Amino acid sequence: MTGPRVDGPRGRWVGASVPRREDPRLLTGRGRFVDDIRMHGMLHAGFVRATVAHGRLVGVDLSAVREIGGVVAAYTADDLDLGDIVALLDRPPEEFVPTAMPVLARDKVRFVGEPVAIVIGCDPYVVEDGVEAAVVDYEPLDAVVSEETAFAQQAPLVHEEAPGNVLLDVSMFDTPGVDEAFRAAAGDGCVIDLVSRSGRQNALPLETRGVIASWDDRDDQLLVQTCSQVPHQVRTLLARSLGMQERSVRVTVPDMGGGFGQKCVVGREEIAVAAAARRLDRPVKWIEDRREALTAAFLAREQRYRTRAAFDAEGRITAVDADIVCDMGAYSCYPFTAGIEPLMASAEMPGVYKVPAYRVRARAMTTNKAPTAPYRGVSRPQYVMAMERVMDRAARELGLDPVEIRRRNLITEFPYTGINNVTYDPGTYRETLDLAEGVLRDEGWCHLRDGATEQGRHIGIGYSCFSERTGYGSEAFAKRKMQVVPGFDISEIRMDTSGSVVVTSGTMNHGQSHETTLAQIVADRLGLDPGKVKLRQGDTERIAYGWGTFASRSATIGGSAVSVAADRLAEVVRTIGAYLLETRPDNVRLDGAGGVEQVDDPARRLSFEDIADVAYLRSHLLPKGSEPALSATASFDVAGDGTFSNATHAVVVEADPGTGRIRILRYACVEDCGVVINPKVVDGQCRGGIAQGIAGALFEEITYAENGEPSAASFIDYLVPTAAEIPDISVEHLETPSTLTENGAKGVGEGGTIGAPAAVLNAINDALRHTGVSLESTPVHPQSVLAALDSAAQEASNAS
Amino acid sequence: MKPAAFSYHRAHDVPDAIGLLSEFADAGEDPKLIAGGQSLVPMMNFRLARPTALIDLGTLRRDPGMRSIRRDGAELVIGGLATHREVELARCLGPEFEVVSQAMRWVGHLPIRSRGTVAGSIVHGDATAEWCLLALLLDAVIVAEGPGGRRQIPAGEMFHGYYATAVESDEVVTQVRFTRGASGAALTEFARRHGDFATVDAAVSLDADGNRVVLGGVAPAPIRVPEAEAVLAGGPAGPELFAECGAAAAEAIDPPEDAAGSAAYRRRLARTLITEALQQAWEKGGRR
Repeated sequence: MTGPRVDGPRGRWVGASVPRREDPRLLTGRGRFVDDIRMHGMLHAGFVRATVAHGRLVGVDLSAVREIGGVVAAYTADDLDLGDIVALLDRPPEEFVPTAMPVLARDKVRFVGEPVAIVIGCDPYVVEDGVEAAVVDYEPLDAVVSEETAFAQQAPLVHEEAPGNVLLDVSMFDTPGVDEAFRAAAGDGCVIDLVSRSGRQNALPLETRGVIASWDDRDDQLLVQTCSQVPHQVRTLLARSLGMQERSVRVTVPDMGGGFGQKCVVGREEIAVAAAARRLDRPVKWIEDRREALTAAFLAREQRYRTRAAFDAEGRITAVDADIVCDMGAYSCYPFTAGIEPLMASAEMPGVYKVPAYRVRARAMTTNKAPTAPYRGVSRPQYVMAMERVMDRAARELGLDPVEIRRRNLITEFPYTGINNVTYDPGTYRETLDLAEGVLRDEGWCHLRDGATEQGRHIGIGYSCFSERTGYGSEAFAKRKMQVVPGFDISEIRMDTSGSVVVTSGTMNHGQSHETTLAQIVADRLGLDPGKVKLRQGDTERIAYGWGTFASRSATIGGSAVSVAADRLAEVVRTIGAYLLETRPDNVRLDGAGGVEQVDDPARRLSFEDIADVAYLRSHLLPKGSEPALSATASFDVAGDGTFSNATHAVVVEADPGTGRIRILRYACVEDCGVVINPKVVDGQCRGGIAQGIAGALFEEITYAENGEPSAASFIDYLVPTAAEIPDISVEHLETPSTLTENGAKGVGEGGTIGAPAAVLNAINDALRHTGVSLESTPVHPQSVLAALDSAAQEASNAS
Repeated sequence: MKPAAFSYHRAHDVPDAIGLLSEFADAGEDPKLIAGGQSLVPMMNFRLARPTALIDLGTLRRDPGMRSIRRDGAELVIGGLATHREVELARCLGPEFEVVSQAMRWVGHLPIRSRGTVAGSIVHGDATAEWCLLALLLDAVIVAEGPGGRRQIPAGEMFHGYYATAVESDEVVTQVRFTRGASGAALTEFARRHGDFATVDAAVSLDADGNRVVLGGVAPAPIRVPEAEAVLAGGPAGPELFAECGAAAAEAIDPPEDAAGSAAYRRRLARTLITEALQQAWEKGGRR
């Protein structure tokens, strides 16, 4: 492809598609996941889970459970007496209602699948027998399962302290000029008013949640081996809930099979298992099964947007007025709270467009459904879908090309401070759109689409343009008014006597290739082979604190901390090297081959081994006052509003007139995540994210019956797409280096998922352009597509 | 998702399996045969099926008759323990039964096809199972052996309702004989994901000795649609007749409604799939 390409700064390793260093282990079955770990005397746990969506707990009788051979213990909330999980925002009571999530249900249950009791036994089979034997009496209450039931007069309350079933109600913006813009648009321009919805999904990590907890007398410490994106937050909450000193809890994380946000919150099961292990003084393991994962793990995505947008006659957007309701389910998650989705949507909805006036109200609604966690994208797939549908609808109203209307509205001058008071750093909003359009045009898709109707085919093209704030520093998170504010990250680096390096990062790899990409960064900074760099993560003992991996933060914040730590180590090495070479420090540089050399006489060099040998084994030769340690620590935080990645997705779909099936004929992604550390890894992030976005657009949904019964308890009903349903996806990179991160990188973890639903939905509606029907809810069921095609065909035959 | 406790027993031959079934049933237990286990094991893991004794027929695959796939004159004879995959790869079927091997590509995914058995699928009686549709399409006779000896169940008397078949709990299906070849036949289906149970599937044949229209996913069990077959008998083959046949079938059926599709959608799918299948059958050499 030809076009503008901004080449970022690269080193020898950064910018190269270094093969993933974790692959040989993972692909040959030598990875070690939580369920691979067995401990001496280990017991197994399972949960008695609520069978009604909403009900008072009248009695929990575990006597029959305890009589089953092999069952060791069974506990209710009263037996364990643990502190509740409470996530807070610094917001006034009219905006935010704090609610508690008990570790085991107490007094009442609020969703089907909620843990009511924990059963411990000698193997998972016996445990399941025990779970079956529990007798739980409920006094059923009416279930709250929709906006209609939640907001009705006299609606039953999920939490008594949250009137109207609202946990958060924030009107973040109401800038001057909104009403005037709508009045003007109604006269000369157009007003778009649309309601869009997205279904409830499961982030669906291939590896379900799981934990092993054990007490160690010698360390005076509870060891919790779990699969979490945020080991330090698990430690903090565990210590508080169990009433222990934080030093008495150690959280480690082995290999992980995905998280996608579902594991960036602390699960109540982790705490219950830890409490049981402490009480029994035996290791206890819990591995979530798929039925639990689908019904009782954190879900995501279910949101409704009413978006009104005003345009002038030239297709320039003049105002956006949005009302947003996020169905957060039964509880507020820790540490983010139920506010995370509505606050994200409110703060960022104008996105890549120059919106001069903006009003938004967003609510977090609580219902009798499994609670939600921030799944890859976090509200952005939804508001991008709303904005991109608005663009397509307005283009149609005004007789403009969908690409052209976007061009007229995209932000093109940077830095740009939007109506939402967010400052966007430089990106390639316009360039990615031009390139994506060029792909479809050059390959003949536009021609095919235009001629399709005559051939009786239903082919549509859809675009989505978006940016994604990545590298949320503590300043950006603080604006959301969380009481627990993520942001910085810490890295520690050490060199040993063999000149190899161990680097610890507070980030937590769960599929993002950190072992490769962070090693590439260190290799460039120190001038040594990435094979000499080993990454350590997932052990709360190794660094003071970390914020783990979520919100596309690892390359930007974690990678920057690693960069700074490596630079500091390089400085130490150069200083000692200069002393040993008997020259000034500024006359010594890294030689790129695992050593230092003299600038004015490169023949004089010392290897890292030489320097380390002196530092550790012959420290009497060190310069006076220098410490015998080749190590450094650094922390990094992104200042201000963070850095924004951006992309355009372009999709061609065809609707089958006999079945309504949507087939994706072409999927092109043109993205800009700043400096690309490893192109193959970025491609993988984009493609995997897009696959999840397509899943949301066309396949996956957990619905709830009126009584709160979930529809999907297995993969028969939860339609996670397979390789057969996901098309080939082309990915093109532009690079606009970020000035806010040490390495110029912007995050790329979520973009694919953010852009896909909007682009696919636009393409579907374009394929249905002759039907007069517009589909605004995902996932799009083929029967809706077929109904639209059939009614149009019927009308056509009536007319002729 | 761990099964309830059960005892495990390996049958050495068919009489042994029948004997074990009776023995456990007489002792008040709930015995169940297991072959490929592709339906039974997931149901046990969900504890939707709770047999107390499993009798494994795996050893019986050593008996060539139990896994053979062969032509016997005009018939196709398949041993009860032949797997879907073995049928898919079989070279001896001939044009009259080519539709059988072609249909196997619709059966689940490769691992499922490699373990699941022909008899297991037919006895399970899922309303969309390809083998059940093929049985109705090709006049299968299901050979079942039990304490009372051997009996032959015509496909027309086999499927009674949701997962209900004429095979008794003390019987072992040893063979399935397809008694009617049809070179102009096709099976096609619709599912939202590749490899899933079909929302609706259709099997048809266009033959001199009679036309068949069989549907799955539109009733508690797979069904023939006589109204649609009558349309085929009433005119010259061709796209117009096929569309008319599809429409007649859609009119005649009373499909269930669930998350996979409304009754109206299933009717519409039946129309599409029958029309498509007839076209395919015609192109493969069905009645002119």
